[in-house]
Amino acid sequence: MTTGVPSNIAVHCAGVTKTYTTETTTVPALRGIDIDVKFGELLMLVGPSGCGKTTLISVIAGILDHDSGECLVFNRDLKHMPDKDRTKFRGENIGFVFQAYNLIHTLTAQENVAIPLLIRGVVFDEALKKAAEVLQRVGLGERLTSLPSELSGGQQQRVAIARALVHEPKLIVCDEPTAALDHDTGQKIMGLFREVAIGENRALIIVTHDSRIFPFADRIAKLDDGKIIAVATAKEFLNGNQHL
Amino acid sequence: MIRIALKMLVGDRPKYIGMILGVMFSSFVITQQSSIFTGIMTRTFGFINDSPLPDVWVMDPKVQYIDDIKPLQDTQLLRVRGVDGVEWATPLYKGLLKARLSNGVFQNCNVIGLDDASLVGGPGNMIKGKLEDLRRADGVIVDIVGAQGRLAKILPDGSRQTLDIGDTLELNDRRAIVVGIASISRTFQSQPVIYTTYSRAMNFAPRERKLLSFVLVKAKPGVAISDLARNIQSQTGLKAVTAEEFKHMTVMYFLKYTGIPINFGIGVLLGFLVGTAIVGQIFHNFTLDNLRYFGALKAMGASNGTLLRMIIVQAIVVGLIGYGIGVGAASMFYHVSKKSELAFRMPAELLIVSATAVTVICVIAAIFSIRKVFKLEPAIVFKS
Repeated sequence: MTTGVPSNIAVHCAGVTKTYTTETTTVPALRGIDIDVKFGELLMLVGPSGCGKTTLISVIAGILDHDSGECLVFNRDLKHMPDKDRTKFRGENIGFVFQAYNLIHTLTAQENVAIPLLIRGVVFDEALKKAAEVLQRVGLGERLTSLPSELSGGQQQRVAIARALVHEPKLIVCDEPTAALDHDTGQKIMGLFREVAIGENRALIIVTHDSRIFPFADRIAKLDDGKIIAVATAKEFLNGNQHL
Repeated sequence: MIRIALKMLVGDRPKYIGMILGVMFSSFVITQQSSIFTGIMTRTFGFINDSPLPDVWVMDPKVQYIDDIKPLQDTQLLRVRGVDGVEWATPLYKGLLKARLSNGVFQNCNVIGLDDASLVGGPGNMIKGKLEDLRRADGVIVDIVGAQGRLAKILPDGSRQTLDIGDTLELNDRRAIVVGIASISRTFQSQPVIYTTYSRAMNFAPRERKLLSFVLVKAKPGVAISDLARNIQSQTGLKAVTAEEFKHMTVMYFLKYTGIPINFGIGVLLGFLVGTAIVGQIFHNFTLDNLRYFGALKAMGASNGTLLRMIIVQAIVVGLIGYGIGVGAASMFYHVSKKSELAFRMPAELLIVSATAVTVICVIAAIFSIRKVFKLEPAIVFKS
């Protein structure tokens, strides 16, 4: 446990660096990231491809180690946590929404949503019951037994959102959640996010290229070449859209 | 998560069926080939099995297996009878003689000459007639397979008629009358088996100085059989072994001096290797196909231990179902072929052997997958 971070801060990054090294090349992906994410906030990370957005959410979510700097999630330093504890921490505190949904194609929507609970050891039937409730909240109460292949892209993303919410994590990280969706569906999904995923004790970080969903953000951080070059409210960004 | 693992497995129907077929194939080939091998090995000592009464078999010291006849002088019988601890000792003739059938065709037969008085060593399962009928003049008992097959009478219209009681044969120009038909264990030798008395066998066999094949010995009550065998050996200079030792000697001879183990071993090995290759490859592909899901599970908090359990359960299910079907198919094979000449014996030990082989196959297949999943970086989930 590290102290000194205000209690309203869910994620605190200071001087975070990450370099990918292969036998022949060295690619700095993060070059000293400083950013805080507050509870109850929806932060969007934007920027061109290869600027380090995905690397940053991977570090924040504890699935990738940064090289230097400090990254605290709920005041916990995941980098220095034993692997087992870090995995458990992720399971309890972080929800994921992936661009490709990553719904297991042989499981029903309800079973897919139940997975985070099953990982935490909740009994199967209980997990299914809770999953059904959350699917109801995202408007898929009628599609509990549908396989992912029987759902539209928007519906699959709703299932993914339900899966990210079912165990009531305090942080949800989303990678391009609307990239594969048409405009209307994207707007609906973001509306859903704002409706069900934001709360006093929860923070939401979304990596996106999709400028159409910027209005849904509380703040937007723009990255370029591994650095945050601008942080502003959505309104500020939209007013000065030429900077994006 | 076990249910999720099973649903992931069963949901990918083609790979699931492919893996089960792979395990089934291995389990079937390993069980079937090993059963035939065991059946053949059991046949090598079938004659010893059919003679349960004697405790000790006495023979020439150079004899290596049951069909390796090195005759003794008849006087050896008396020497054996003189050893302390011998309840009774009887002579046994065993040799290949030519029988002339009613149509004039000659057929090699395995002739067994039993002690005239006791008829020890005779067939236990008489289908027609009685063992005692051997005491009738020129009497012989023929095994049912021989009677229906190579010794069967050829009728004028070319059809075959099973040899029956009252029919005659010629053995070395001497008349033999069938007085009984017996069911006996199939032996490694394929010739028909003809039982008669020892003295009659001496007449049937070509004149030789030595004709006694074995001396069959019963130990007196309370005498340790192994001690008696040792005493007979030391006092007569002959080889004396218990029935179990004789079976072992026989099997070891066939294992050492014939190509049977290698031929069947190759079959079993091929079954194992092909099964491993098929199951390993499909299981590996199955894991590769599911790698991003495993990555997502890892990101969502599934530990390596949880993923390990999932993969092991998948391997166990594939192994159990494939093994069950494979062994079932081998049993069906036995059921269908049991009336044929095929040697097939499937003892419980063999099922354990094939189960072990299937376990090894599944473990190898699972290890490839587990390594892949353990090395998996959960960060791959953010790669589209």
